[in-house]
Order: sequence, then C-alpha cells, then structure tokens
Amino acid sequence: MPVPFRVRAPTLLLIGIGNPDCGDDGAGVEVVRRVAAASDGIGTLTLSGGAAELIDAWSGTDRVVVVDAARSGRPPGTVSRFEADAEPLPAGHERRSTHGLGLAEAIELARNLGLLPSRLTVYAIEAAETAVGSVMTPAVARAVERLADELADVERLRRAGIEPVSK
Amino acid sequence: MAERKKGESRNIKVEVLARVEGEGGMQVRLKDGRVDQVRLNIFEPPRFFEAMLRGRDFTETPDITARICGICPVAYQMSACHAMEMACETSVDGPLRELRRLLYCGEWIESHALHVFMLHAPDFLGYESAIHMSAEHPEVVKTALRLKHVGNEIMNVLGGRAVHPVNVRVGGFYRLPSRDALAALVPQVEWARQACIDSMPLLRSFEYPDFEQDYELVALSHPDEYPMNEGRLVSNKGLDVDIVDYDAHFEETQVEHSSALHSRLKARGRYFVGPLARFSLNFDKLSPLARQAAASAGLDGECRNPFKSLLVRAVELVYACDEALRILGDCDVSGPASMPVEPRAGVGHGCTEAPRGILYHRYEIDEHGDIVNAKIVPPTSQNQAQIEEDLRAFVEQYQALGKDELTWKCEQAIRNYDPCISCATHFLKLDIVED
Repeated sequence: MPVPFRVRAPTLLLIGIGNPDCGDDGAGVEVVRRVAAASDGIGTLTLSGGAAELIDAWSGTDRVVVVDAARSGRPPGTVSRFEADAEPLPAGHERRSTHGLGLAEAIELARNLGLLPSRLTVYAIEAAETAVGSVMTPAVARAVERLADELADVERLRRAGIEPVSK
Repeated sequence: MAERKKGESRNIKVEVLARVEGEGGMQVRLKDGRVDQVRLNIFEPPRFFEAMLRGRDFTETPDITARICGICPVAYQMSACHAMEMACETSVDGPLRELRRLLYCGEWIESHALHVFMLHAPDFLGYESAIHMSAEHPEVVKTALRLKHVGNEIMNVLGGRAVHPVNVRVGGFYRLPSRDALAALVPQVEWARQACIDSMPLLRSFEYPDFEQDYELVALSHPDEYPMNEGRLVSNKGLDVDIVDYDAHFEETQVEHSSALHSRLKARGRYFVGPLARFSLNFDKLSPLARQAAASAGLDGECRNPFKSLLVRAVELVYACDEALRILGDCDVSGPASMPVEPRAGVGHGCTEAPRGILYHRYEIDEHGDIVNAKIVPPTSQNQAQIEEDLRAFVEQYQALGKDELTWKCEQAIRNYDPCISCATHFLKLDIVED
C-alpha cells in the first residue's frame, strides 16, 4: 500500500517594520509586538526595514505578512492590504531613505531574484507624524489595535489553511 | 557639441542623488568653460551628538556613538573605545584586540559589499538602481546580498546584532562568542572571499573615466598590519603624526551651504580619506591574496582615479575576508571578555579606519569618568572639500558631454566617495545649473 503523501501546511511569518522612536513609523512594529504578546503560535520579527535583512528574514518561509507604516496620502490610520506576491506595491510605499532600500524595493528585488515567498501580504498603515521623538497619533494607535487583534486570531488563520509556526 | 557663446553659463542640477546615505544636494555652475561654483549642500540638520555626550559616563560612548550610523556603527564603537582606553591609560591587546579586528572585518565586508555591488555597480552597468540591475544581472545582486549577509553574520556573532551592535564595551566585549559560533563563520567567509576574487574580472571590465587628481591621501599606517584600529596618521605629502596631534594638524570650518563641518589640513587644505588612501599608503601591508586580487584588477601600489575606488573596495573585501579567516583560524576565546578600565581625569583620542576613511574621536573625561567634552570627525566631513574639487575638475574635463550624461557622471563622482551624509551631519540633491 502506498504511503500517503502528507501535505505540509504553509508556515506563516509576521514581520513588523519601522522605528518605534519615530511616532507613527513604529506602527508595524507595534502591531507585531502586540500579536507576539497575544498568541505564542505565530512567528514574529521586527525589523528596521532594510532590503537585505528583509529578504534574509523571509527566506525559507512560504507565507509572509508584513506590516509597515506608509505615507501615501490617505487619511491617517487607513489600513491598506496588498498581495505583493502578485504585483508591486503602489507608488507612495518607497522608502525615502537611500543607502538602505525600503520594503517596496525589497519586494521588487526579491521578485527579480526569485526570492519572494509564495504568498506575501503587506498591510500598510497610513501615518501622520513620523518625526524623531514623536508619539503615535490616536488614529494610528486605533488602527494598530484593530489590525493586531485581527492578525492574532490563530484559529481564523488555521481555518484559512495557514499553520502559524514560530521562526 | 555646439560651440558655446562667450559669457554663457551652464548650471548642472540634480534634484535627488540616490544611492548615498543622508540628505543633501549639489550644484555646479559653469561659466565660459570654467566651473565657477561647486557646492555640496548638506541640508540634513545637524545632530548634536557631541553635545549629547557631555555629562554621560565614559562607558556609554560605544553605544551612544554607534547610533550615529547604521552602516558603520562598529567604526564609531572602535574609535570611542580606543579614545576612552587612552584617556584611562589602558590598552586592549591579545585575543580581545584580534576579536575587535574581526568585528571590524565584518563591518568592512557588509559596507563594501553594499557599495560595490548595489550602489556603485549600477552606475557602470547603466542602471538607475540595484533593483533595475537585478532583472538582467541577478547573480551580481545575489552575490551582493550573500556577501552582506556574511558581514552581518560576523557582526551578529561578535556584536550581538548586525546593526548597532550591543556587545562592545570600553575594555573589550560584554560576552565572548562561543568557539562553535566562530567556527560556523569559517565556511561562510571562505565562500565570501572566493566570491570577491571571482567578481574581479567583471568589475575590471567596467568602463572607468580617465580622471586622476593630485590628491593628498590621508590614512592610518601601522608597522605590521593593514590599518583598521590603530596607527599613525600619514599622507603621500609628508604628513606623519601621532593621532593625539590630530588637532594640531587638522581643523574644521563652517561653510554656509552645508550643515556638516568641512575639514582641512592646516598646512595644505583639502585631503582625501577612504579606501583609495588606505590602499595607496598601505599596499605592502595587504595579504598576498589581496595583492593578487589587486593585480587581477589592474591596480598596482597606488590609485588616484576616484572612479576606481570600486576596484579598491573589492580588493579590501578580499582582504577583510582573508583577515577574518586568519583571525578565525587562531582565535582564543578562553580569556576574560574585557579588561578592567578605571576612570581617571584625562583626554583620549581614537582614530580608526571606518569603511569610508578615518574616523576621529576625542574625549575629555573627569576623575569620575563623566564626559567633559567630545569631538567626532567622520570621514565624509573630511572628504567634502575634495568631493567638490573632484566635481569642479571633472565637469571642466568632461563639459563636452550632454547635460544628462554629465549629470549622471557627476552623481557617480560623488558616489565614488560612498558619502555618508548621515554621519557627516547628515538625500543628496545634485544640481548642475545651466542658464
């Protein structure tokens, strides 16, 4: 009798990007910090957002969710969801910094190099204030809370066929 | 090119210079075939790190100053530690000195790999960025990412993390890495060394503009080793001084168009620090393998073409890997992680070779170890005047080029220096103004 082929559930890694010392820029990091505290089954990482470290971080993972702050002109606290494995992030998600490449650039670099996870979802939280030393604005703090609750719902992820595994 | 009328002036202007660190701009104005103004405008605000350090404990400097830069934090930590150890009349040697050098190799590998393959190579291969380059040259970018990863791994193992390491202290380290963790680095660094050697033919095939300048090259020089942490300050024009005499020979001046101070040699003015200077002044201290890599890149003992700094960085990549492997092959981690350093009132100087050139720190501390004053001179401040002079000479030599190409080449001329504007103060905009 043939040995049944066992299908491995895809693993999930949640990555938060940003600088908590720069007000709303820390939104992604705060979402991931909350998810990590609320559920111990989900692999989480927080990064400052350099392309090389991002590509390094998601190598070997099938299913990656990235949460980052954005300045795309939407009202502060707006959460946008993009399936980045299918298409590039829309304009307005490039990092203005230079020596390091940002998330949008990391995704396109990884796409060209064949290093993208099979599923990559990006949640972008629209920021209002990102100056050094500023605190998170109320609209963004509310968005962080809602998104963290949604992402920490392990059962919902399982129903969606995603097995959260620590990395 | 159409003949230009007398009195006509050209202004060459680039709004945003990419692939450099920090925020700044550049304007070049040509009149009657002569460049009459070049300005490297650094408008990122000053960062007041020196003022922030006053009153802090001397042991805090490696962690505070590491925050000045995400690309070369180790350089800040090393210059700070050496300065404080000098102030406290101690020195760190033996295995701890070797491990510091290994950590510095990690930073050189990480920083140079990023600049050679991701920031500078697109200029020569004709791409706007590494992302555009990655579609047609995926192997170059994959090599770069993996090299950077290897550098980061060295920093992880020794520094606790790759960006702003947390394991460095005045006197040594907080904790020494395990023998196993160090041994695991060996095959990775061996791969990196070979990858750099294998990249030399490609890098050599790039078209380098015919451009040389009569630079005063300034670097550290050490009797036994290619300089990283220690040495005398020397130049190809007769400078040969102890680092404690830095202030007697160098001065910083304010210029209106930059929030970074300009450094100059009191005797002769502008000078050039970084890989080109290190290489030219210390060629005989490179390992045989690194000298062989230099020969395969077509470099002999001296290089004064700033565009070829890419090749020199590649040679230094081979060297940093080779040196890391030497240290890894004979590494003693059985001893204490640090030497005791007791505070005493005094002044200490530290000057080490950051990937972009000499980084000078001077601190005065009181008998409790509290910092009375601090001075930090990063490599990009020191190179600002030379970058402006390179642009002046380059635009005069190549003014027959069309505006777009000239502008592109000028940006490239700035990137030759891998300027770190965040360090110097602090997006570089480049303007070549053409009326």
